[in-house]
Parts: sequence; C-alpha cells; structure tokens
Amino acid sequence: MDISIDFDKCCGAGQCVLAAPEVFDQRDEDGVVVLLDDNPPAGQTENVVQAAAACPAAVIQVRV
Amino acid sequence: MSAAPAAPSRIAVVGASAAGLSVVEGLRREGYTGSLTLIGEEAHLPYDRPPLSKQLLSGTWDTDRLRLRGKDDIAALGLELRLGSPAVALDTRTREITVADGSLVGYDALVVATGTRARRLPGTESVRGVHVLRTLEDAVALREGLATRPRLVVVGGGFVGAEAAAVACGLGCEVTLVTDTAQPMGDALGDELGALLRTVHHEHGVRIDSGVLVDEVLTDGGRASGVRLADGRTLAADAVLVGIGARPNTEWLTGSGVPVGNGVECDATLYAGSGVWAAGDVACWLNARTGEPWRIEHRTNAAEQGLAVARNILAGPERATPFDPVPYVWSDQYDLKIQIYGRTRGADEVRVVEGSTAGRKLVALYGRNGRTCAAVGINMARALRGYRAQVAAAAPLLTGSAA
Repeated sequence: MDISIDFDKCCGAGQCVLAAPEVFDQRDEDGVVVLLDDNPPAGQTENVVQAAAACPAAVIQVRV
Repeated sequence: MSAAPAAPSRIAVVGASAAGLSVVEGLRREGYTGSLTLIGEEAHLPYDRPPLSKQLLSGTWDTDRLRLRGKDDIAALGLELRLGSPAVALDTRTREITVADGSLVGYDALVVATGTRARRLPGTESVRGVHVLRTLEDAVALREGLATRPRLVVVGGGFVGAEAAAVACGLGCEVTLVTDTAQPMGDALGDELGALLRTVHHEHGVRIDSGVLVDEVLTDGGRASGVRLADGRTLAADAVLVGIGARPNTEWLTGSGVPVGNGVECDATLYAGSGVWAAGDVACWLNARTGEPWRIEHRTNAAEQGLAVARNILAGPERATPFDPVPYVWSDQYDLKIQIYGRTRGADEVRVVEGSTAGRKLVALYGRNGRTCAAVGINMARALRGYRAQVAAAAPLLTGSAA
C-alpha cells in the first residue's frame, strides 16, 4: 500500500484517525495529520481507503 | 461488497461538487459497474469550497489547488461527465432528467446533490461591489475587489462572514462585520465563545456591529456605497459581502413529485421515494435518533452522506440503513482553529472542560436537557477528538474531563 499525503492542505478534521487509528494520528498543536505507518499491513487497507474517502480536504492518496 | 442483484443499471447524480463526487466514488468502490452519469451546473471539475473563504481569498492558494481530484482520478471512475449545464427538470415517471442544453438523461436511480446557493439581499443582484461567497467565481471576484483595500462591510456573522472578515482585514481592508446575533458566530458558538471571537476580531482591527439587521445596501451610480442598518444608522462602504446563509437548489424538482421543503425531504436512509436519493447540503433527512429533520451544510457531511447514499442505493430501499452521523465542521480565523462536533444550536448549557477562554485554547461541551449535544474545540484539535464519543452517545453532561 502506498500512502501519500498533502500535509499543507490538511484541515485537521481528524476523520482519518477515526477511520484508521493505527495508521493516522494528529499533531497536538494544530491537528494536522501524522502518518504512523507509511506501509500498513493489508488488513488495514479498507480502513485506509475509508480514511481517504472521508477526508474533507482530500489530502490522502492511496494506491493499493 | 458487490452490488445486490436488484441494483440499478443506470445511476445519475445531479450535482458535481463534494457530495456528488463522494457518491460516484463510493459506488465504484462498492463494486458498482453500471452506467454512471454526473451532471454539474458549473464547468469546473469538482472543487472544494471551504478554502474559498480562507486560502483562496487570502491568495495563499491559486484556483488549481481547490480541485478535489485530478483529471486522471476522475477519468478512472468511468463517468459520463456532463459539466457546465444544470439539470432543469425531472420526470420521475419516465425517469428522465432534462438538462439545460436540451438533452435528456435516463436513470434507474437518481441522487440529488444540487447543494445550495448563497442568499442575497433583495435588489442587490446587479449592484457593483456587492459580493456573495459560494462559488469559485464569487471568491475570485471578491479577491479582486479586496485588492484595492476597500472599506468592506460584511453582512452576516456566520462561518463565511467571520472567515472573510478575518482574511480581508489581513489584506489591509477596513472591515466592519454586521450580525443580527449577539456575538460573531453566536448561532454556532453561543455567547461565551462568541465573545472570545469578538475580542480576537477587535484585536485585529475588525469593527463589529452585533444584534442588528441590515435593511438595505446603499448605492451610488450602480455601485455599493454603504449599508443602512435597521436602527437607522448607515455605514459607508466601497464593497459589501453578503454572508447570510444559503438556500437549497430544489427549483428544478418542481412538479416532479419529489418531496421538497427545506431541501429534498428524505427518510432516515436518505431516500426520497421513486428511485430518488439525496446527499449533501440539499438533503433534509429524518434523524432516526432525534426524530428531527436535519439539513447540514458542512463539508464533512457532504462526503459522509455521499458514501452512505452509495451504499444504500446498492443495498436497495428495503435494506438501506439510516444515516446517523456526528456532524463535524471547522473554521480557521487568524490563529484560531475552531472545530465543532455535533450540533450546538439549542444548547442550554456550555462548560469549558479543558483549557480556558483566556488562554485561547479550550474544549467546551454543549448540553441540552443535561445531555451532551456538541463539543467545541479552539486550538485543541487532537484533544477535542476524544470528546466525539460523548457527543455520539448524547452522554450526560457531567462536570470534569473526558469520559
């Protein structure tokens, strides 16, 4: 799985963390996304795809 | 999950913004391989609206950055994409949409995602220097209008008005914000947090006239020259931004039999009957938990609702499941990041549970009849997320920290 993130566009909604808490977190200060695992196991695919779909700023790109 | 055997073979989505895009992407993700038509009034590929009043207006981003997906991603969805021409009529008996260019689009299932348009003050449509802020063109026109550093009056203290006021004053304009609420964003934040916001706007030089309506825009030679307030005062202006909310784009459904009131009236599953579903700002659905009709004009709602409609179309009306979100919206003003989970309107109690208004870093819980109905964070994005579950469960509003 290849995940790329446009950090500058992140609005800090945290929807990705709700969808895939093992892959994404947020910075304390401004809520910007933190990528915990840039190559998560296949079992996380559905969650990561859901995170990308739920992101209100469309900053997460996933290639499976 | 693959499409159910009874799944429609032709799906049309009217509205090519965040909600419409979310529907078509959701359908393909769920395995739908049938014909998919996306009809949009605007000529642009789907773009994002929240940055219009922030990064686009301030000049931080150019228009290309607003695009929600690249051309290749859109092409990969295998759509019949019909942009630049709005749907103008619907016949639910023949299941055909009439598009403004005269063509007809047939469907088995239809999603109405036509969104909302900015409300205007009566009689100001053709007055130069009067702006609304809803589309890319609106934002570009306002940005150009602000380049001469006009005296700007912002009518309306909601998200659009407050954000645009912050940006305009950052650009060197002389800004007055007029709102009929007691505080800027008072509808959404209440008095205590609204007062904090007022202070911050003041510090940056924005004047705020609150608790007063605007009667009319004054003109001089076809150009805005000021506004007259309901209390008789007038404010001089070279430009006026009207941010007084939006109304659903439902006129094209007249005579179709699709139930329309405050938007497209749907059941709890976003189904409006006769093969018609709705998603995004235009959808007014029955909230299964509260028993109230909800219509939410938030960016996150558009995405979530689009995905929910995609799943429900493929499940079919009989097996569709209720849409039951925790609404989420954010606003960036100056160095404040304001985030809201749930619905603050109707709250009868507000408790700051982390941080403080003085520190401009806080989490506040909003309660209604003793139950948590919303959580609001200012500059505490990560901490706020922990309170979402409390909002989702409408948990008793207790003193103290997060459950």
